[in-house]
Amino acid sequence: MDPILLRVKRQARPDAEPYWEEFKIPYRPGHNVHSLLMEVQLRPVRHDGTPTTPVVWDASCLEEVCGSCTMFVNGQVRQACSALVDSLARPIVLEPMKKFPVVRDLAVDRSRMFESLKRVRAWVPIDGTYDLGPGPRLTEATQQFAYALSRCMTCGCCLEACPQYNDHSAFIGPAAIGQAVLKNLHPSGPLTKEERTAELMGVGGIVDCGNAQNCVLVCPKEVPLTRAIGDMGRQATVKFFRDLFRG
Amino acid sequence: MAEQRHLVVGGGLAGLMTTIKICEAGGKVDLFSVVPVKRSHSVCAQGGINAAVNWKGEGDSPAAHFDDTIYGGDFLANQPPVKAMCDAGAAIIFLLDRMGVPFNRTPEGLLDFRRFGGTKHHRTAFAGATTGQQMLYALDEQVRRYEAQGQVRKFETWEFLGAILDDGGVCRGLTALDLRNMKVETFVGDTVALATGGPGIVFGRSTNSVVNTGTAASAAYQQGAFYANGEFIQVHPTAIPGEDKHRLISESVRGEGGRMWTVRDGKPWYFLEEMYPAYGNLVPRDIASRAVFKVVFEMGLGVDGENAVYLDVTHKDPEELTRRLGGVLEIYEKFKGADPRQVPMKVFPAMHYSMGGLWVDYDHMTNIPGLFAVGEVDYQYHGANRLGANSLLSCLFGGMIAGPKMLAYAKGVKRAAADAANAIVERERRRQEDVYERIYRMEGTENAYALWRELGEWMTQHVTVERYNKALKRTDDKIVELKDRWRRIGLNDRGRWLNQEVSFVKQLWNMLELARVITLGALARDESRGAHFKPEFPERDDARFLKTTKARWTSDGPTLSYEDVDVSMIKLRARKYDVDKSVSA
Repeated sequence: MDPILLRVKRQARPDAEPYWEEFKIPYRPGHNVHSLLMEVQLRPVRHDGTPTTPVVWDASCLEEVCGSCTMFVNGQVRQACSALVDSLARPIVLEPMKKFPVVRDLAVDRSRMFESLKRVRAWVPIDGTYDLGPGPRLTEATQQFAYALSRCMTCGCCLEACPQYNDHSAFIGPAAIGQAVLKNLHPSGPLTKEERTAELMGVGGIVDCGNAQNCVLVCPKEVPLTRAIGDMGRQATVKFFRDLFRG
Repeated sequence: MAEQRHLVVGGGLAGLMTTIKICEAGGKVDLFSVVPVKRSHSVCAQGGINAAVNWKGEGDSPAAHFDDTIYGGDFLANQPPVKAMCDAGAAIIFLLDRMGVPFNRTPEGLLDFRRFGGTKHHRTAFAGATTGQQMLYALDEQVRRYEAQGQVRKFETWEFLGAILDDGGVCRGLTALDLRNMKVETFVGDTVALATGGPGIVFGRSTNSVVNTGTAASAAYQQGAFYANGEFIQVHPTAIPGEDKHRLISESVRGEGGRMWTVRDGKPWYFLEEMYPAYGNLVPRDIASRAVFKVVFEMGLGVDGENAVYLDVTHKDPEELTRRLGGVLEIYEKFKGADPRQVPMKVFPAMHYSMGGLWVDYDHMTNIPGLFAVGEVDYQYHGANRLGANSLLSCLFGGMIAGPKMLAYAKGVKRAAADAANAIVERERRRQEDVYERIYRMEGTENAYALWRELGEWMTQHVTVERYNKALKRTDDKIVELKDRWRRIGLNDRGRWLNQEVSFVKQLWNMLELARVITLGALARDESRGAHFKPEFPERDDARFLKTTKARWTSDGPTLSYEDVDVSMIKLRARKYDVDKSVSA
């Protein structure tokens, strides 16, 4: 097989101009994008023979459960670990995610996503970690829906694909809405549901969703994001009328 | 008295639980992690977490769990803390359930349990086949709640460099590298807990995450913390070999009825079921890995002439498989491009877990006062071999012990006067800065990543499933050679912003130090026990080696000493899985 041509969009610092570099990597079966970048670490030399620095990227689990190595591979946002070279068109083109600040090369800062989880209070407010006996009963169907939502690895693919999410909009995006629905679903959820729902009724909340439904298409974990957004919409409507008549 | 400060390093299950326990008691925590904590290696744990609740009416009990764990660990673990862990199992699972971990349910809405290796009971609670991920997320959310309340400050993308030790050898804080601006910073605290996971990356490719370099544990070891039982390395029998890592196929696949086989005389041969009729496919991992080696290397029966055997679930209902094992089958599908519901998976053993780690007392404190260790980085609970689904339990239990003990320790701690303390802190900052300045000046011809690959190949070949003294000696010589070549590394990147190569060069040195501990510990232990198997010494030798290995750092390499194991609760007996386990006296 021919060597693999790899084009990487690089950027030295957050405020630096991006530039492109090309690498040629000998073919071996079984490569993924991550292992190609490992080959660059071994021999950081550009295709034209000029020495360069190893490419910088985030990686951890390499099993598509941690979300770290998310980037654009041939124009598609996905995880580098599960991007198998044998199934990719060549040359292979790597770019950092576009809706998050670049830290260096392919590494970006996604802390905004974790801040969003704070905004929607995505936690169960337990009384304490001491032994309070068994937890609540749950139907298998509820557990299966909760599990599907809970597989969200905060990778940010849905935010990249969402036309409403960007640095000049307040829209919180599908991932955090999914987590709010998940927490409202928990048997103790109703106790704090109002707070979460209220947060998503405000600026940047549920009404900013344009219903493009791109999120669910790009989610690598098949998290039922559109169903979650629909559920949250209904919860918000119910709360709106309840508040209206209560007030 | 001034406010206590606690520093927790590592945001996986153990670090997060430690943090939660401190915050719950009103304490404040600075939490350090090389990755955003939600991306820690705990996400990789698939199969489940053990607790002997006996909800399947099989006569299970915490005592049976305790016995299975000690027996599975070939009697090398101190028994009192293991008993305490097994006793706490049910309460821990109930807590996780209350935190919202979406554990699988029975039709009645109760927690479901499945079987795992080394036991006859359905004892393992699970959330699909991504239990570690689900548990990590639940704890991450609890810590985020404390973060929102101002009790936790997170330092994500920071790397622990070392403890700050005063002249009396007491831990007074830590130094850490901000991986973005590459600056060394100091943090003063009354206690420091390392919850930094295992050293899988020392073996090159393993089932571990990229971040599991063991660098923090090695740094503490080089500052005088004992490293215990380093030679006990678990090789998981079923992984998918890969170019970048070996991906785990969870033991839960066998717990749900998966069978291992290869082709002999043109027919399927279910070798584990034949060799170990009492436990069959659910023998512990060390036993299964050795069986695969025997089948593939001694008998030449690898499938398709490859180093592989089959792991087969094609006889099971596909929908049931998706519900209970979806996450793990998806890994095989995504990375191998074949559906395990239709075709048997091809698997081979891979380095997976370190039973050894920093030596700790029953309060999880290392021999350095004020420095604690919790999770895979400690050596406490698994003896010579860990049973499946006990690691998540030990991470949480360890955190539940360590947090309160750190608070108690801090109450009694005497602080030095400010100027004396400042001098100690500045001394350590300069020491660490010097290390990095020397790395920035490296102008040799060696490539750090190439040295690491060489280390990994040697460690995997000679210090995993089968260990021969001659090969261990040669491996140690190789490590010493690699340390020499490390000094001749030529840096490709001299930048002062998110320079991953510079961090890696330092991590590599720490890996080499740990590699010697693992290799020399194995060389010295002339017996076979649990995961440590020497064909030249095939029997367990309790007279000489019913002892914890303790490695102490010197500039000439580790010196080993041995400590008696507390076996006061369960009597020693031979460990066999071809017949039913004899009842403990």
